[in-house]
Parts: sequence; C-alpha cells; structure tokens
Amino acid sequence: MIALDKKLFRDLLHMRGQAIAIILIVACGIASLVTMMSAYESLQLSQATYYDRYRFAEVFVQLERAPDSLADRIAEIPGVRQVQTRVVVDVNLDVPNLEEPATGRLVSIPEVRSPILNDLYIRQGRYIEPGRPDEVLVSEAFALANKLELGDTLGAVINQRWENLRIVGIVLSPEYVYEIRGTELVPDNKRFGVIWMERDALGVAFDRDGAFNDVTLSLAPGASEAEVIFQLDQLLERYGGLGAYGRDDQVSNRFVSDEIMGLAAMAVLIPSIFLGIAAFLLNLLLARLVSTQRDQIAVLKAFGYDNLTVGLHYLKLVLMITLVGAGIGTTLGLWLGAAMTQYYTNFFHFPVLRYEAGVGLISTAVSVSIGSATLGAFTAVRRAISLPPAEAMRPEPPAQYRPTFIERAGLQRYFSPSGRIILRNLERRPVQAALSLLGIALAVAILVTGRYFEDAANHIIDVQFRHVQREDVTLVFNQPRSARVRYELTHLPGVLQSEPFRVVAARLRFEHRAHLGGITGLEPTGTLRRLLDKKLQTVVLPPDGVVLSSKLADILGVSVGDILTVEVLEGERPTRTVPVVGLVDELVGLSAYMDIHALNRLMREGQTVSGAYLAIDAKYTDQLYTQLKQTPAVTSVALRQTMIDQFQETIAASMGGFNAVLVVFACIIAFGVVYNAARIALSERSRELATLRIIGFSQNEIAFILLGEQAILTLAAIPIGFGFGFGLAALTSHAYSWELYRLPLIVTRASYAFAFVVIVIAALGSGWIIQRHLKHLDLIAVLKTRE
Amino acid sequence: MSDVLDRSGASYTTAPPVVFHVRQLTKTYVMGEVEVQALRSVDLDLYEGEFVVLLGPSGSGKSTLLNIIGGLDGPSSGQVFFRNRDLTAADDSVLTRFRRESVGFVFQFYNLIPSLTAQENVALVTDIALHPMPPREALGLVDLSDRLDHFPAQLSGGEQQRVAIARAIAKRPEVLLCDEPTGALDFQTGKLVLETLERVNRELGTTTAVITHNASIAAMSDRVIHMHSGEIASVHRNLTKVSPAELEW
Ligand SMILES: Nc1ncnc2c1ncn2[C@@H]1O[C@H](COP(=O)(O)OP(=O)(O)OP(=O)(O)O)[C@@H](O)[C@H]1O
Ligand SMILES: [Mg+2]
Repeated sequence: MIALDKKLFRDLLHMRGQAIAIILIVACGIASLVTMMSAYESLQLSQATYYDRYRFAEVFVQLERAPDSLADRIAEIPGVRQVQTRVVVDVNLDVPNLEEPATGRLVSIPEVRSPILNDLYIRQGRYIEPGRPDEVLVSEAFALANKLELGDTLGAVINQRWENLRIVGIVLSPEYVYEIRGTELVPDNKRFGVIWMERDALGVAFDRDGAFNDVTLSLAPGASEAEVIFQLDQLLERYGGLGAYGRDDQVSNRFVSDEIMGLAAMAVLIPSIFLGIAAFLLNLLLARLVSTQRDQIAVLKAFGYDNLTVGLHYLKLVLMITLVGAGIGTTLGLWLGAAMTQYYTNFFHFPVLRYEAGVGLISTAVSVSIGSATLGAFTAVRRAISLPPAEAMRPEPPAQYRPTFIERAGLQRYFSPSGRIILRNLERRPVQAALSLLGIALAVAILVTGRYFEDAANHIIDVQFRHVQREDVTLVFNQPRSARVRYELTHLPGVLQSEPFRVVAARLRFEHRAHLGGITGLEPTGTLRRLLDKKLQTVVLPPDGVVLSSKLADILGVSVGDILTVEVLEGERPTRTVPVVGLVDELVGLSAYMDIHALNRLMREGQTVSGAYLAIDAKYTDQLYTQLKQTPAVTSVALRQTMIDQFQETIAASMGGFNAVLVVFACIIAFGVVYNAARIALSERSRELATLRIIGFSQNEIAFILLGEQAILTLAAIPIGFGFGFGLAALTSHAYSWELYRLPLIVTRASYAFAFVVIVIAALGSGWIIQRHLKHLDLIAVLKTRE
Repeated sequence: MSDVLDRSGASYTTAPPVVFHVRQLTKTYVMGEVEVQALRSVDLDLYEGEFVVLLGPSGSGKSTLLNIIGGLDGPSSGQVFFRNRDLTAADDSVLTRFRRESVGFVFQFYNLIPSLTAQENVALVTDIALHPMPPREALGLVDLSDRLDHFPAQLSGGEQQRVAIARAIAKRPEVLLCDEPTGALDFQTGKLVLETLERVNRELGTTTAVITHNASIAAMSDRVIHMHSGEIASVHRNLTKVSPAELEW
C-alpha cells in the first residue's frame, strides 16, 4: 500500500489550502462546543462545591423580631439540620470618595469564629476579634468597587448616629455570590455592600438585643423543603415572618443559577448549531473533494484495488484532516474554556474555581465531526466506485446542451460570451451550485446568530431603561410613609418631578403555583414609570386588578380574567383575591403592578408610599446626594444610569465572553466556507479553464468566468443566509427566556450588514487567492496529461 | 502475408486453449434521445499466448470491446468468458480479483495518477500484484530508468505512455490489453515498446491484444482483427510474423 499512502500524502500537500480551511471549520465547531460547555460545567461545579464547603443554607426567612429562645423551637421542626438566627439590617453608609449615598447590609456573625451556615471565606485580613465592636468584614465585591482596603473605615448610621466601622477582613459569602439588593435587577457593588459585624453590637444598636430578625437553616438529608417552609411560616407568623423560601428564591442564588442556566442555553444551543453546520460543511466539502478524484478512483479500481482499499484510502484522508481539526479544536476549546471560567470569576465571586471538561462531551464533538466527514467522503467514494471503471475514467460527460433560461428568453445578446458561460455553468450544474449556495448561506447564518445576543441585549436596555424606566433616581424609604412625603421630596435640591410608588411584599398564588415577590403600586397617570406592550404602546393601568409581566403569568399559569390569591407578608398580613386585568411584555424581571390607590385599598391603609421615582436636574445631583446621605429614612437610592451600566456589565458577564468567541469562530467558518467553495470550483474546472486559456481567452476573462460564478452564488446566498440566521435567532430567543430577562427576537440591520461585510471580505480574499492560482494555471500540464 | 479465416476465428484447428470467449456482445450508449451502438453482436475468441492487433477507424468500438473484455465495463447484452468464467455474470469482487491478478492495461489516455512519480505509479500496481517485477525493472524495460522520480506532468506524452506500459507489464499479467500503446511515440521508441510487448508475450506467454491505428504493426501479430461500426469486419491470421525490429512504419 506504500504507493497509495504516498498518493495520500501528496494529495494532502497539494490541497493544503483547502485542508487548512476545512481543519479550521472543524476546529471552530468543536472548540465552540468544548469552550462553552466546559466553562458552563465548571461554573456549575464551582458553584456546587462552594455551596457545599461553605454550608450555604437551604431555607431563608426574614421576620420582624423574635426572641433568641425561638431558635430551639425552629431546630425542632422535623427535617431541620442546622439553624442560624441573625440580625440583618440595611443602613445608610458613608463610603470614602463616594459622592452618592450607599446602602450597607449589616449581617451579624458570632464573636468567635465557628462553623456557621453561609460561612465566610476570608480573602484578605482576618476574622473579627472579641471585644472590638467596631471591627467589620466587608464583601470583596464592595471592597473592590470602592477600592477599600484593610484598615479603612466606613461611616454607617447606626442607632441614629454615625459610627465608624473598621475593616479588618475582606470576605466572600455563598449567600452573596451575586451581591444585589432585593429590589433591583442587577448588582451595584459601589452603592450596595454587605458588612458582617459582631452579633451583640448589632443587636443592641438595632433593638434586637436577645432577639433576631433573620433565620437561615439547612435541611437533613431527605427532608421536604416545602414541609419545613410550611412549619417555619406557621411558627413565625406571630413574629412578623415575611415568608420563608428555599434556595430557588434566594436572590443571589436565583440570579447566579439563572445566569449559569443562561450560559447553558448558549453553551448548548449555539455551539450545537455551529458544530452542526461545521459537520454539514465538512460532509459537503469532503464529498466534493473526493468527487474531483473520481477518475483516479477508477484507475485504482481498473488495476484491481478493491472497494474496501479505495474506501480506506479516502477514509485516511478524511481522518487526517478531521483529526487535526478535532485536535486543534479540543485543545483550543479547553484552553479558552479555562480562560473563560477564569473570566467569569469577575462576576461570580467564587473562592474556589474548578475547571473540568467532560470526556463524553469532547468525544461527542469529535465523533460528530468525524462521522459527518466520513459520511460525506463515502457518499462520494460510493458514487465513484459504483460506475464501471471505464466510464469513471472518462471526464464527467459534458452536460447535454440545452438553451439556458437566458437564451430561451432571448436575452443572450445582453451577455458577453464569458457571461453566457457563467450562466450556462450555473444552470447545467445545479446541484454543485446549490451546495455552494447552501454552504455560504449557512456561513452567513452563523455570523448573524453570533451577533444576535448583542442585538437582543441592546434592545432590552433600550426598552427597559429608555421606555419603561424613565426616572433618574429611585428612592426607597426604610418603612412605608404617608403620601404627604411627596411634597417634601419636591423640595429636595434639583428634583423636577416625583412620583411615589408602593411596594408590598406578598406571595401570589394561583392553583398550586406560587411566586414570592411583591406588588408594585404605581400612579396610573405617572410618566416616569410606564407599562408597555410588545409594540411599545403604553398600557393603561386599570383602576382595579393586577397587571402581570407575561413571564410571571406563564409561571403562575394565569391569563387575563383569572383571580389571583395575594398573601400579603407585611402589616396586618391579609390574604385577598385580585383579578388579573392585563399583561405587559416586559423583558426584564417579574412584576405585578396595580394602581397605587387600589393597592392602598387592598392593604386597607390610607395613602401610603414605599418610595418614589424622581426626575432630577443634573446640575444639582451632588447636593441631592449629600442631602439624601443624611436622611436616615431613605435606605436605598438607585440611579438609572448606574442600572444601565450595571445591566450592560451583567449581560457582558453572562454573554460577552461567549459571544466574542462565537463571532470570531463564525468569521473563521465563513472564511473557510467561501474559500473552499471557490477552491473546489477551481479544481473542478481547472481543465476547462486552461483549455479556454489555450484557445485564446485572456487571464482576466477566465478569472471573470470562475469568480463571476462565485460572486453570483455568494450574492444569492446572502439573503438566504439572512433568513437562516433569523430562524436561528428565533430558536435562541425561544430557548432564552429567564426570570431575570428574556431575549427578544431582534436582529438589527447592523448585524446583517456585519454578516454581509464579513462574507464579502471573505469572498474578495478568496477571489484574490484564486486569481493568483489562475495566473499559475499550468496550461502545458493540461495539454500533456489526459484525464 | 495473411490468410482469411472465418469471422470468429473459431475454426483454427490446432487451437491452444481459449482465454477469452466473446458471444453476441453488444454495447449501446444512451445519451438522451440519441443511442450509440458501440458494439453490435460481436463474437470473438482470444487464445492463450497469441498476439492480436485490433484495427479500425476511429469510433468503430475498439476501446469499448477491450474495456469490456478487461472487466472495466459491462456489456448491454452478450457474454464474455475468461477461461470458462462468465465475466458478465461476475460480481464486483470477482471482477476486481480478475483485474488485479490476470490483466495488465494500457489505457488510451494513460491515466497516470498525477500525484505519484513514474516509479510510484508502477508501484501502485506491483504493491497488490502476486508476482510482480520491481518497478525499476519495469521502467527499465521501456527505457525510462532515468525518469523514475518524475511526475506525470514532468514527462512528455510518449514518456507517460511508456510509464503506462511499464505499469501494465510490471505485474507479469496473464493478459495484456493495450489501447494505442505507441500512439504518441516516435519510430524508435515505438519499436522499443513493441519489442517489450513482444518479449513479454513470447517469454511469459502473455496473451496480448493491441489496439492501433498503425496498420504496419499488424505484421508482428498472430492475428489481425478489423473492426467497423461496432462489428468485426474481418479476422486475418498472420502466417509470417516479423519481429518489431523489422517493422516499417
Ligand atoms: N461513454 C460513452 N457514451 C456515449 N457514447 C460513447 C461512450 N464511449 C464511447 N462512445 C461511442 O461509442 C463509439 C465507440 O467508441 P470507442 O471508444 O470504442 O471507439 P474507438 O474505436 O476506440 O475509437 P478511437 O480509435 O477514436 O479511440 C463511438 O462512436 C463513441 O462515440
Ligand atoms: Mg479508442
């Protein structure tokens, strides 16, 4: 077989340009899957490991106030393993070098370090020391955002007085992987931070001496979470319990898990599409590559090589190309996957990062590629060996002459001879033309899909923060206030407009489904916060009933006209029923809205507000901040611009890295496809082109014939590819619908333009290379060798 | 000079064993509405060890006949026996073994593998043959010892043709089927090639069929078969075989 192996080696060398292009396509397909899946799996593993080692609690509840003695009764609930009672309060902070007011969440910890639930990982410094009530630990995210260091002090309003807290440690907690105030969608690490301090100091300061207002607990193996929650709620009913919930509804975990799930959607869906397309292209390319050797296969057969040997010969060719591609793809994927996992620690604060790539995953990706490549090669080999050698040795018979569409329509005089050759070729070899078209269209589709995420994210930001949320600042009071506060707000410096809102913590129930969240009461005539439908038309808030975001309606299984049960978790804790009167297609979060007056009526309270949306004059921002900092009644100040920035950063966190990699891969695949289509056309037609040269066509004329054909195919493929791309985006949008946000089906003109430009550049680049090949077309070789 | 025998040549009295036995062979190519009758009811026997020359105008069906005899193509109807084995009923693996073990081909259009050198093109066949000669030796026989490592594109047409001949004889086949083996060769080289074929025929007893347009080559054959429009027009037995060296072109 030595001579046959030499042929293999020489053939590979000869078609190295094409082989490299194919290798790149396989490599990109495999690398995208391996990168995404390994990063995703590693993040999931890191999360699970972290939760496990640092004893992340399983049930959480906030309450008004309960005596420490109640802890024993909680521990007696069947299924409870470990209980931890705490004091947790939000206070105003004065952070060095920060203009705006910030909120600190003070969380109590034991004076002496012990194996508590939600244990802290000390990144820097040390644990607090007994007898030093001013020592605190701060979260790493907050410390980084504000450039806080060990030994720095923070001002905090404690017991109506500014106190100085000294930072002795910078820590991570499994409870705050995603450090977010409950009321917001995205973290704002500059203006919100978690601070751990000694239990007694905190208890005394906030009137919780010998008492607690927060419980977390872990469950015994096999215990029913729902049952424990039920018992716990009953026990805490008279202590102002705000409703216990499991990890699923714990804010940080919910967001981190959603993000990781979001990554999973991207990690599985898009790379699968990429790998699928790469595999398909591989099939196509190898089939055509082998077809160009049809006469050589016939010679081998004529000399008595059996089908198996011929088949193995081409299998080796396919394996060499595919395995090199798979090797590069896997190596690249592992490397990028590790880098990407590392990159995600900027957003997910895990103390331990574990990187792992499943063997199953890699072998799946590799076998998919090899399988489709082999299949492609074998269809071609089978076609070649099914012919009698005498027939296969002859060049493929020239297609029968038939007037083309152009000639039938009598348009031929508008075309030059070269133009007519192009058109005839396209018409006479419809299968080859269609395959080239399909390949290029898929490359276009990949490019469009790669860009889709950015389009969708930008659309969310535009809708949510420019059409829905139009306030500059959102204030939240430390407790519900009388509506009269509105007039005080308008007198704050720079406030142009203020609209109060009411937020009531509640559990919404329909049949057996429930959602723990809140109802937001808005002024129906308000302009700072608007409810919009899909077409961005304002939805008027009816005077009664509740309007839900469609996603929440989905989760609860309700539609307009159904009656929701609302279990209010504050004040008198009434349980009421409210009809669902409308749905809004918000892309972000899960919300339930009511007319603020209706909500006040539901609560049987006078005109009461929880906070206000403000429009402010930018000139007075600083003064406003200074004033708000000194207002203990205001516990939270959220700035829209910051939210936009944070949201962008969050989306960047969950998708940016992936997306950048995908777009690069998409470009490489697109180049590979376009180049290969042109190269195959060249090798299929080099004899004919050389003959044309010999009978007197100029170099430019034959270049025009070959490249003109490619140009027509490319241009025709682009709109088809746009269609495919849109379809893939629709698929992705459908798969990517989470509580945190939903991806709308938006593909911008810019993305289409991007795909267009990349393909055109790829086509021009390939054309240039082909043109150089044409220049060196060996006319003499054509004369001397016969097919 | 030659005597006219009956059309199939079957009445040859002291006949050695028949190698190929062709009966009612037809081949029709269908191209859309046009049908080309490349062979019409051809009957023919080839005998062990004989040297046959096929003559006939272009398009008369010579290559078609040779291809079918060699198992490269199937007939539209009729039968071909190779030593009592019905090739027309054989499956692909039988045909493959037949070609591998028994036949040496020289194609009209050479059909060298462009990515292999002269020597490697020959090795391609000797690699799978049962009792081959070394590729160098085969190339030496056609006087190409100094072109061993040239690729087909680096060889002249005649040199390519000689590589094709070396490739065919290197396996020491039982039958040698040559489609215009000297078409591209000058007088001297042509003679060299014919001498090689004659020697293989004589020394190894290889049944040899040669298609040619050069009627003078008929003088070195045992029999001359004339084809015309897909039929065997006549078969002459050549009683005064001359050696290739004595041929006049
Ligand atoms: N694959 C094919 N399809 C259709 N017609 C064919 C095919 N191969 C050969 N023919 C036709 O069959 C006839 C016989 O062809 P063949 O090649 O046997 O001729 P030939 O005697 O070898 O001619 P030449 O001396 O020119 O080589 C010719 O008319 C040819 O056009
Ligand atoms: Mg012929």
